[in-house]
Amino acid sequence: MKTNERNLVMSDAASRLRRLAAFFSKGFLFLVAAASLVAVLLIIVYIARDAIPFFKLRGLKELFAGTAWFPSGNPPEFGALAIFIGSGLVTLGAILVAVPLGIAAAIALSDILPYRLRQAVKPVIEILAALPSVAYGFFALVIFAPLLQNHGGSLLSLAAWLIFLPLGLLIAFAVSEIATRSIRADVAPAARWLLAATLAAVLVRGLAALSAILKNVAVSSGTNAFNVSIILGIMALPTIVSVAEDSLQAAGRELREGSYALGATRAESLFRVIIPAAGSGIIAAVILGVMRAIGETMVVWMASGNAAQVPQPWFNFLSPVRTLTATIAGDMGEADQVLGSERYHVLFALALCLLLISFFANLASEWILRRQARRLGGLK
Amino acid sequence: MKLISTILALSLLGGAFGFAADANKIVVDGSTTVGPIAKAFAEYTMRQNPGVNITVSESGSGNGAKSLVNKSCQVASMSRLLKLNEYEAAVHSEILPVVHVVALDGIAMIVHPGNPVAKLSMAQVKDIYLGKIRNWSQLGGPNTAIVIISRDTNSGTYETFEGKVMKGEKIAKNCEYVGSNGAIRQRVQSTPAALGYVGIGFLDNTVKALPIDGVNPTPETVKDGSYPIARPLYMITNDYPKMGSHLYRYVNLYLSKKGQTMIEEIGFIPVTSY
Repeated sequence: MKTNERNLVMSDAASRLRRLAAFFSKGFLFLVAAASLVAVLLIIVYIARDAIPFFKLRGLKELFAGTAWFPSGNPPEFGALAIFIGSGLVTLGAILVAVPLGIAAAIALSDILPYRLRQAVKPVIEILAALPSVAYGFFALVIFAPLLQNHGGSLLSLAAWLIFLPLGLLIAFAVSEIATRSIRADVAPAARWLLAATLAAVLVRGLAALSAILKNVAVSSGTNAFNVSIILGIMALPTIVSVAEDSLQAAGRELREGSYALGATRAESLFRVIIPAAGSGIIAAVILGVMRAIGETMVVWMASGNAAQVPQPWFNFLSPVRTLTATIAGDMGEADQVLGSERYHVLFALALCLLLISFFANLASEWILRRQARRLGGLK
Repeated sequence: MKLISTILALSLLGGAFGFAADANKIVVDGSTTVGPIAKAFAEYTMRQNPGVNITVSESGSGNGAKSLVNKSCQVASMSRLLKLNEYEAAVHSEILPVVHVVALDGIAMIVHPGNPVAKLSMAQVKDIYLGKIRNWSQLGGPNTAIVIISRDTNSGTYETFEGKVMKGEKIAKNCEYVGSNGAIRQRVQSTPAALGYVGIGFLDNTVKALPIDGVNPTPETVKDGSYPIARPLYMITNDYPKMGSHLYRYVNLYLSKKGQTMIEEIGFIPVTSY
């Protein structure tokens, strides 16, 4: 008698084979997944391996405290303090540009703009991330730098108006609102308007004075920290907007509806409920954006001026600066790989510092994001 | 370096067993200034003579000399002559360095076309780059700070400038560094207060080249030796190459019309004038 039934119990041999196959395929997948980790580890190991000889040869003090950067001099000098300050300055500038704009844009996209408009705006912002950095660099060098040189003062005063007028008006209205709260209800509106108008007038006068000063600022060199800060800020924008917007979205519909149900206005819900709930995601977005700015090379190499000097005073954004990334990229060519000279190893020492900075910043953002995920999990 | 030594090891091996013709491999090592010429010549020679393999590395003049002495290259492309101790080491390893001057490198000081300053002296150029002269008014120009611009320290142009003008002294910290001759020209033509320098081959009418010590930077003044910021560029071989060999054709390419055009295109000044 023939049977078409399939034996449901596997034979021992077949079962062993399957388990073996499963083991190996799991192992293979694990290796593939581990490859990127291994690559990162190898990068750290190899950079450290070439960086350590520098510290052995020259110690720590010169690199971190010296301001004379003459790697090709005779004798060479490797004081990179000015370079660290340069990197710090352009990053600070990029933060000042990108963070307020980025967070404001993320809030507008997630909670204020109508859905259709949002669908149109978000891809446009994301295009900023797709532009190659050499294009930004070219723009900074060929268009923005001459513009700064020729119309630097007027541009600065225009920027001051654009930034401080809306901000100041907002503050003026808020202050007059708060200050007139305890006044009798029948005169309160009049008092409020009067106060607001006075504050606004003071603001406009102040801004006019400021812009008169700024108009006389002569920008002798357009390739400076200011130029690069703005370009880097624009480059960091898409990262900040999309991560911050994601985390605002992740705060959830229930949270918003709950807040409205309790009678909160839209502004109250935004500032008291949604932004605090998404706060750590926003911080993570900022850190990621900052990393983008610190790590950018091409733009700073083309448009920061690459002068290894400490700006006078230190926050003088109109001074040309040199950054870590540009130094590594620019000095690598002639650095003597064959003999492993100090001039070669110092670049790896700088690369190691850069790597450590970005490693810890990434770690921090990862930790913050994870904390947020846990907290939101608890809220639901 | 590893690649070069591998190639070298292979060619030695080939030579020992007699299957690869040694004469088909040429290794060039040395200066980044001469590098572009060495590369252009290599490309041309390889196109003209299929089967010839020329490797060019740019690890600095010092390494070129070293490679020549320890026989790991046939041509040292150098922006300076051998130093006495290098010469001595060469003679000790039974190498007779023969120098071919393949081109001249002249550097022009350039300013914005609107800058009224019409001439500079070597001493003034040096003082400006040292940071001692900081304002154009000290040179008879407008009262604006001088924006000094230099090539990056990797470039041969920088090396020439440092050797001929700075003479080992350090450039002021506020000097801006730029990655190419073209980029310096771009910065100077758009910056009224800028002073920069480019290879003479990169001059055009968007910038104003200043006479130095009364001599205009032109190929002619570089050739007759009157322009002060200039130097010869060398290729150095062990002995004079065997007549008719690929090496012979390679190092003598600068004597041909084609070689002259290539040198001009790269921005150097040929020693020949066809």
